Amino acid sequence: MSAGTSKFGNAFLPVTSILLVLLLLWYVFAYVMNAPFQRELDQRAGENPSFSELVIKTWSQPKPTMPAPHQVAQRLWKTVFGVKPWSKRSLVYHSGVTLSSTLLGFLMGTGLGLIIAIGIVYIPVLEKSFLPWIIASQTIPILAIAPMIIVVLASINITGILPKALISTYLSFFPVAVGMVKGLRSPEAMHLDLMRTYSASNAQIFWKLRIPASVPFFFTSIKVAIAASLVGAIVGELPTGAVAGIGSRLLAGSYYSQTIDIWAALIAGSILAMLLIAAVSMAQSFTARMMGAQP
Amino acid sequence: MSAKDLSLTFTTNDGPVHALSQVDLEIGRGEFVSFIGPSGCGKTTFLRVIADLEQPTGGTITVNGMTPEQARLKRAYGYVFQAAALYPWRTIEKNVALPLEIMGFDKKEQSERVERTLALVNLTGFEQKYPWQLSGGMQQRASIARALSFDADLLLMDEPFGALDEIVRDHLNEQLLHLWESTNKTICFVTHSIPEAVYLSTKIVVMSPRPGRVTDVIDSTLPKERPLDIRESKEFLDIAQRVRDGLRAGHAYEV
Repeated sequence: MSAGTSKFGNAFLPVTSILLVLLLLWYVFAYVMNAPFQRELDQRAGENPSFSELVIKTWSQPKPTMPAPHQVAQRLWKTVFGVKPWSKRSLVYHSGVTLSSTLLGFLMGTGLGLIIAIGIVYIPVLEKSFLPWIIASQTIPILAIAPMIIVVLASINITGILPKALISTYLSFFPVAVGMVKGLRSPEAMHLDLMRTYSASNAQIFWKLRIPASVPFFFTSIKVAIAASLVGAIVGELPTGAVAGIGSRLLAGSYYSQTIDIWAALIAGSILAMLLIAAVSMAQSFTARMMGAQP
Repeated sequence: MSAKDLSLTFTTNDGPVHALSQVDLEIGRGEFVSFIGPSGCGKTTFLRVIADLEQPTGGTITVNGMTPEQARLKRAYGYVFQAAALYPWRTIEKNVALPLEIMGFDKKEQSERVERTLALVNLTGFEQKYPWQLSGGMQQRASIARALSFDADLLLMDEPFGALDEIVRDHLNEQLLHLWESTNKTICFVTHSIPEAVYLSTKIVVMSPRPGRVTDVIDSTLPKERPLDIRESKEFLDIAQRVRDGLRAGHAYEV
């Protein structure tokens, strides 16, 4: 058996056991949360169901307080595979909308973060003057600032993907800036002295030493940044009453008490986040292999 | 190379530290000079001053008639550090080519020089390996190849074999002597091993700490051809004894 499959084989049992325990707990909670309302309904209808009948009813309400896992799974299946991907009812369509502004915001945030990091590493005075502002920017709750960004930009006729992407940028530049300051400063004194003995130019030191040395820091940073971008994009869809996107599904679901819809959208968002992080991880291990990292 | 009344004082929180004090030294072209002394005697600092990695606070020093900075800008020396300091993301071949890339050699000349210098340190066949795939001794040999690749006349070596075991060290000392004979470079070699200093050098500079200064300069009478067992000869042991005396005179053995 190769190393890869044995690693998977070792993890399979523990992971599935935890998953089963979680599912079981979910069903128990679904019963506990939905039972009072169900009893009320039954009382009004003059019915007196047995315990097992009551349990089954709590797991199949149309608008439950807490939907059961199979209800969410069915809704997810129906809205992902049961409708055309470009239809407004499809979660694939809404995920795509959120994904596009996530990626745009992530790219802008990574770019901005890199520029800030390079500035701080090469212009020491920026560390004292500029860095405190960057840290302060992250202490402001995004929920407070997101509507303002959207409203201000809308008033100067900037609407659509850009305002949402800017909120992603706002969240994602920070981990990249902080991580890359550390990464660009990570070369050992001896590696820097070596460059000096060759009387290398600053540009050569940057491209041949600082950038390659910072690559591990870069990937760690963008893993955080891409997850933050997704959160930013979803948050950006909430205050606008956006017509599309995972955020708009969450909002619509809560307007109409469609709890199953909310949970399905939530899970779609989680899957999207996992796919994004998996993509970054793959890029990371590919780059590490290209750079001759010790396996 | 010539140093006159050279001194260097570091300012620390505990007051000034005199790393080098009134060092006078002349080194001729083609010599193999070892700097020996206990830690803190300023031998590494002196090497770093030659390399323009530290600035002296007094006195003058010239390298090939230039200031150390001019010599550095003209890429007049290769420097070998205590650790191999290879870049882990570059193959051995690419590590040796690093100074060549920086100095703007063309691709064809780069690969010729890489091939030649790797052959010189017996690393042919390891071009595509990454540093972690090599033993410590091989890594240090690769770093010597890197210092040789651009053909500077002067080679500065700061305890290059300090971290290696004695068997590997003997072997590399022998190879280094061959290399020195065949390339005719001037070598400045920092060490704290007496046999290593005596075996390799044409001139041994004995240094002592607090403040770092030169206590003795010994011109070796050993022939240029030196098999490893020359270390059993009377002449070798006499020179080693003189080094030891020099260290004792500089209170190196007092704790």
